[in-house]
Amino acid sequence: MSSTPTDPTPPGRRSTFAVLMAFLGSMGLAITLLVALAVASVVGTVLQQNQSYETYLLDYGPFWHELFRTLGIYHVYSAGWYLLILVFLVISTSVCVYRSTPAMIRDMSRFRLGVKDKSLRSFQHNVQRDAHPEAPAVLMSRAEAVFRARGYRVRQADQGDHRVLSAMRGSAGRLGYFFTHVAIVVICIGGLVDGRLPLMLAELTGRLEIETRQVPVSEIPEQSRVSVSNPSFRGSVEIPEGQRVDVAFVTMRDGYVVQELPFHIEVKAFRVERHATGQERSFETDLVIHDELLDEPLAHTISVNHPLVHRGYTIYQASFRDGGSRLNLDMHPLGRGADRPMPLNARVFGTYSQTGEDGTRLRVEFTDFNDTNPTLIEEDGVRERMDMGPSFEYVVRDSSGAGWFHRNFQQPIERDGRRYLLSGVRQNPAEPFSFLYIPLDPQGDGVDRFMRFLARLTDPAVVADVVDEATRTAAGQFEGVDEGIRAQVAETMRGLLETFTVGGYEEVIAQVQEQAPEGQWDRMADIFLRILNSGLDAIYLRVLAEEGIEVVSDEDERFLEDALRAINALPFYGSPFFLRLNDFEHIQASGLMITRAPGQAVVYAGSVMLILGIFLLLYVSHRRCWLWVQPRPEGSGLVLAGTSNRNTTDFNREFDEISRAVLGESRPMPADQDARARP
Amino acid sequence: MSVTQDTVSAEYPGYFRRLSPADWLWAAGVVVATIFILAVYGHRMDIYQSGTLVVTAASGLWLGWFWKSFKGYALAVTGMSLLGVFSYGDTLASAQTNFFLKYLVSGEAAVMWMCALLYMSTTAYLASLFRREAGRGVMPALVTAAVTGAVGLLGLWMGRSGLVPGLEWASPLVLLVAVGALLGPIASTDFAARVGSALAWCAAAFGLAGLLVRWRETYLHDPTWGYIPVSNLWEVFVLFCVITVLMYLYYQGRTRNLGMGGFVMMVVSAAVAFLLWYTLDREAHVVQPLVPALQSWWMKVHVPTNFVGYGGFAIAAMLGVAYLMRVRGERRRPDGLLARRLPSREVLDDVMYKSIAIGFAFFTIATVLGAMWAAEAWGAYWSWDPKETWALIVWLNYAAWLHLRFTKGWRGVPMAWWAILGLLITTFAFVGVNMFLGGLHSYGSL
Repeated sequence: MSSTPTDPTPPGRRSTFAVLMAFLGSMGLAITLLVALAVASVVGTVLQQNQSYETYLLDYGPFWHELFRTLGIYHVYSAGWYLLILVFLVISTSVCVYRSTPAMIRDMSRFRLGVKDKSLRSFQHNVQRDAHPEAPAVLMSRAEAVFRARGYRVRQADQGDHRVLSAMRGSAGRLGYFFTHVAIVVICIGGLVDGRLPLMLAELTGRLEIETRQVPVSEIPEQSRVSVSNPSFRGSVEIPEGQRVDVAFVTMRDGYVVQELPFHIEVKAFRVERHATGQERSFETDLVIHDELLDEPLAHTISVNHPLVHRGYTIYQASFRDGGSRLNLDMHPLGRGADRPMPLNARVFGTYSQTGEDGTRLRVEFTDFNDTNPTLIEEDGVRERMDMGPSFEYVVRDSSGAGWFHRNFQQPIERDGRRYLLSGVRQNPAEPFSFLYIPLDPQGDGVDRFMRFLARLTDPAVVADVVDEATRTAAGQFEGVDEGIRAQVAETMRGLLETFTVGGYEEVIAQVQEQAPEGQWDRMADIFLRILNSGLDAIYLRVLAEEGIEVVSDEDERFLEDALRAINALPFYGSPFFLRLNDFEHIQASGLMITRAPGQAVVYAGSVMLILGIFLLLYVSHRRCWLWVQPRPEGSGLVLAGTSNRNTTDFNREFDEISRAVLGESRPMPADQDARARP
Repeated sequence: MSVTQDTVSAEYPGYFRRLSPADWLWAAGVVVATIFILAVYGHRMDIYQSGTLVVTAASGLWLGWFWKSFKGYALAVTGMSLLGVFSYGDTLASAQTNFFLKYLVSGEAAVMWMCALLYMSTTAYLASLFRREAGRGVMPALVTAAVTGAVGLLGLWMGRSGLVPGLEWASPLVLLVAVGALLGPIASTDFAARVGSALAWCAAAFGLAGLLVRWRETYLHDPTWGYIPVSNLWEVFVLFCVITVLMYLYYQGRTRNLGMGGFVMMVVSAAVAFLLWYTLDREAHVVQPLVPALQSWWMKVHVPTNFVGYGGFAIAAMLGVAYLMRVRGERRRPDGLLARRLPSREVLDDVMYKSIAIGFAFFTIATVLGAMWAAEAWGAYWSWDPKETWALIVWLNYAAWLHLRFTKGWRGVPMAWWAILGLLITTFAFVGVNMFLGGLHSYGSL
């Protein structure tokens, strides 16, 4: 990486050390390393880093997974071979700096007054005169004035038969080389300080073991803990509101280790501030630091982009999730007793077991709670944001472990003037939710009428009674219907009602297709549905009567449609009960990132040095000029030559001006034209 | 730096004595404006904002001295932005009723003007490459026009008919060449290029004024939204157009060579094509509040600095294309248009180096600023996020380019190819990472 000529090594045998140094400092190696580093870095961006091993195994299969794992491709940037490239780059750069700096300093400081006219004549920029009319002294003094006016440093020497003036400017540009290359070394060292090298070493020597289980902090063994003396780490921790911790978790490969902190962090409150549109505006946490070194606890609010720095530890707002919110719920069995809900007080992340009517045991796991659900709703091409209100999520699992995933909303939504409670269901977290629409009572916010209807519909005694009454009333309207036919119709109606509650209309149709020959399906279905609907109507009228309603309004008619649609969907709902959220206490957990990076200042210093160096290197050209003058009978013979290590195009013009000024001429000379035409 | 006096003396006036009265007037204007702003609005600004203002003013002052044409540009932008901001008053609704806002200087209207002017400027620059010359036929121009016209129209048709969806947005680029080649032979001087240059100046003025007015608009939508409009992909594409055009105009002035315009403006036009698609098809120009991670003071410095880098790399790549075409033209037909109309190899090589140098320097600053921001927002100055890593790859690439030029003296064809490759890598780092790799920068995705 040398940009200045280095010491010529004496010919003949070179020591091994010299050969090694020449190799390490060679441009070829430097470029190779730069390219190798770039290519290696690409790998890490294409293959997503630091995922769990299960994910990788699923994505790539056992063969590639094993290969990738061995090569360290899942953690490229901390893989041994990657660090080796970096180390070589640092060594190569250091060797370059070591080899080139002496030459650079010489170049900056020495004026080279012993320069020969012959070498000056070979410069790209040069003007020669064999018979200049003026005397050397005149030329020299004018030249000195010209150069000084342009900010050059000037030295003169009388070499006996000739005189030499040497001028230079922008020698700081040479420092650019030094600064940029040293900066790279400094940045890499700073980065190394902040890297996880100590942790990796501790793991290699067996002093540290990676914990892969999900267990409470208190149960994590000593071998998986890192003491507060660890100078640099990057960990994270989730703290529910009102709780405090003194550890952070540092993820390593497929597990984590526990980093101990010398103070406690307490989360008082976490907030999501929102814009009027519902989009998040800021995430904030009110923290209290309890530290023995502090006279009193330190209260501070952090937010994204505004971390807290305490004793060299920086605490960032990184994420958030539910911290175990308390939910006050009503559990409606979706069948008998639907109108007699049982109260349930649950906590998010809590698990409750429930015994079904048929004695099966079910586990209910509460997984999440959100107090707002801003949603983008598109209606007639107009996108509008609205808040769906609080929602909670839970999983209902049977003994086999298979689960139904639910998401219920607290507030009803309105559609076409009617209101519904929504309960989402899916059997796989990757699928979208399908929603059950439970119609709300026409008055008030309850689901009493629906639940009562469902309860009556699934109560055999009520059904038998209602069917009996309905068929009698119907039979009374026709002459000559004997009891046998009535009983048969009643039996059919009871059967259909039961089939409907178990499997919906689909099951009813299936029954028709099972019992009747194919040619009569349509006719039979028509008859069956009529019988079924009159039964449902009768039950509904009974429910309305319980409410004291005598005259059925349009609204009540529509309610029945909605209720039947919901009951028809129940077979796909999975869970045998519906949870309604009455009240909640929202408790959130704030996800904090805690880091300690003593190398940061080093890296920043290196960065500043790098930028300074690049500007010096690119924009301060080291320009040097020599004037060689020899007294001649007719005045003087002279050679004026110049060189610039950057921006030769601009130097063309400057040298042109300088040479005219030095020679006291006013027109460009052929030599300049020549110089300009050359590349 | 031109020397006009006939008798050259040893006297060489110092920097300040070389400044013209216009320069001093400019300085006075900048200082007065800054003091005025601090006096009137100072009590509403925090220390960062006041600091930003002073540094910006100082940079603007210096830029006006360093690059004489910048003064007029800055005044035009200031005038247009003030017109826009004051036309709004306190309500966004003015955009529907106020003539100036509706048709000229609202953020949206100004950017659309920029797009239109850039297409026109590109065409004019290209036309100049096909200018008439005594004693030579216009067949090459007409053949080019016919071929590109056919290709462009075919592309337009294929896009419109749904055969290759999206092609209708890209094919206008080919049609620009067709129109340029068709109109070029009308003039026999570099008139068209000078028109192209004027249009480019106007486009850059509309673009920057559009962004500045949009800045005000973000506050008018909702005072809590207000952000500097370099925060989403739509806005940074406008920024890219403005910065690249300005950088090009600077080099055009320095080299006094109008022949590079057709090439450089082509890459800007490509950005315009994207911008038009993004606006008209995706409606990405609509102002939305920022996610919390982006609400930071660092945004103001990190993004514009980065785009000086991208702009420099883009210019270098297009000059690389011009260089290769010129070399090919010289070899195949020394008498042809390519060999005679394109700038000389020396000019192309020199400007290519200069734009990579400035791009590299600013890209380094931007990456360091990004690291500092990351340290504040994500908890680490470097976390090997795909965007960071690709920034490193871009940096390593141009570091290698500069090394080979400085120490091995590489010039010419390989460096031109490398500059083009560099733009591909840069483009991937700019948009590709957001589209394909995600990571912490994923808010910049399409």
